[in-house]
Amino acid sequence: MGEIRLMKGNEALAEAMIRVGCDAYFGYPITPQSEVLEYLSEQDPMSRTGMVILQAESEVAAINMVHGAAGCGKRVITTSSSPGISLMQEGISYMAAAEIPCVIANVIRGGPGLGTIQPSQSDYFQAVKGGGHGDYKLIVLAPSTVQEMVNHVKQGFELAEKYRTPVMLLADGAIGQMMEKVELFPQIPRKKDSELPQEWATTGRGDRKLRNFITSLNIQPEKMEEINLHLQEKYRTIEANEVQYEANNLEGAEYIFTGFGMGARICNKAAELGRAKGYKIGVIRPITLYPFPVAIYNDVASKVKGIFDVEMNAGQMVEDVKLAVSGKTRVEFYGRMGGMIPSPEEILENFEKIFIK
Amino acid sequence: MTEEVIFAGFGGQGVLSMGQILAYAGMMEGKEVCWMPSYGPEMRGGTANCNVIVSDEPIVSPIISTYDTVVALNQPSLDKFESRIKPGGTLIYETSTVTNPPTRTDIKVIPISANETALELGNQKVFNMVVLGAFLAERKTISDEGLEKGLKQALPERHHKLIPLNMTAFAKGKEFVK
Repeated sequence: MGEIRLMKGNEALAEAMIRVGCDAYFGYPITPQSEVLEYLSEQDPMSRTGMVILQAESEVAAINMVHGAAGCGKRVITTSSSPGISLMQEGISYMAAAEIPCVIANVIRGGPGLGTIQPSQSDYFQAVKGGGHGDYKLIVLAPSTVQEMVNHVKQGFELAEKYRTPVMLLADGAIGQMMEKVELFPQIPRKKDSELPQEWATTGRGDRKLRNFITSLNIQPEKMEEINLHLQEKYRTIEANEVQYEANNLEGAEYIFTGFGMGARICNKAAELGRAKGYKIGVIRPITLYPFPVAIYNDVASKVKGIFDVEMNAGQMVEDVKLAVSGKTRVEFYGRMGGMIPSPEEILENFEKIFIK
Repeated sequence: MTEEVIFAGFGGQGVLSMGQILAYAGMMEGKEVCWMPSYGPEMRGGTANCNVIVSDEPIVSPIISTYDTVVALNQPSLDKFESRIKPGGTLIYETSTVTNPPTRTDIKVIPISANETALELGNQKVFNMVVLGAFLAERKTISDEGLEKGLKQALPERHHKLIPLNMTAFAKGKEFVK
């Protein structure tokens, strides 16, 4: 067993970056994820592993530093919260196009605009449907515990490097701020220069005939379409192989509660309260928001009376649930916005209002 | 066993660290724990709170809206959380900052004067340990040894010389519960 600690989600995220052998972190502080940079500064990762941390002058600068360093084949990560992630969208689109692996964590706060610093899940669309311009996808992991904040950093880099694509961790202010028991994985050494991906990374020409070249600019439409086709083929592979979800009490369920991240944990409690009242409720929690676990929803759709989707937003993932069930069952939504968190009792009450009465 | 408690009071009373010490202590005793702070435009003198769940089972939702125990260290906290105590639950409140005492009769109410006790001990900062003493004497969520271990984890090394004073404050706090 690894080392057990009691940590804030943001601190655990920062510790996991050091342990996963990151070469660099570039970021700009913003509530509710400021503890990431605070923790990194305190830990002095340069002395622990040689990892660079740098407070950029803005989120725009941070994401472009990620672009540059990750383009050299290094393990690079950045974190921010909603408005900061909006600023990063151009860089994210460029990296998706140029197939540069990296991890970006969004500890969501209530929006739109500068909004509030309280937890929210209102950046689902931004993370899952593009956010930046062009036909691209990010692999999106949604942690629901402090433990998953740690696990998803490791898994995020594995996926990013396997598919040469940016990966986003979509957390929220509550997971960032709360403390839970967490088991840390042992230190993974940083990659040596000889271990960097020689086939694409800009590591210097060396013995190559031609230098590696990273760009997202392709003026000729024929060439740009080719690149698009290649990206789409990659996304289909990801959809076929990387779906992750958690489900419980599906056997004999008449209703399904569903949500992601923190919303899913509250849903699970609401479902427990509901089962105690005699309702047959199962729960599905997507762990990968992209690729979305389409099959499991489609599979349960023909067996249940309805699906109740709960999110801390105005109804975003619910659109993907509706697409997945393709009209086979009733899908209803309940959500709170602007940094408000629904309680388990409130969820159950609204379920009863909608489905039972 | 699951204990769902909220510590609520003024910023600067040590409300957040009180919850952290309990969470650390629970972890040291091998229990599942979760500490969730109110965060935001908080400041010294404003209101602050944190809820802590200590359980033998995995914690499903860190978000809770009713509590086994409410520890209210000022009037606004008492006003806000008294109605959210589960029937049969416990309310601990600080008498020096509460002018309108609680009215519910279906819960156990424990008034404490932790402020006075801390002043008697000569260090206002041990206020939160007096409160924790009263809380654990009533709710017995974790052992005294576990609490001391948790305190060691929660306190930075440079403050460890203050542990004996903190434990004295803790013992004094327990005396509020008969």
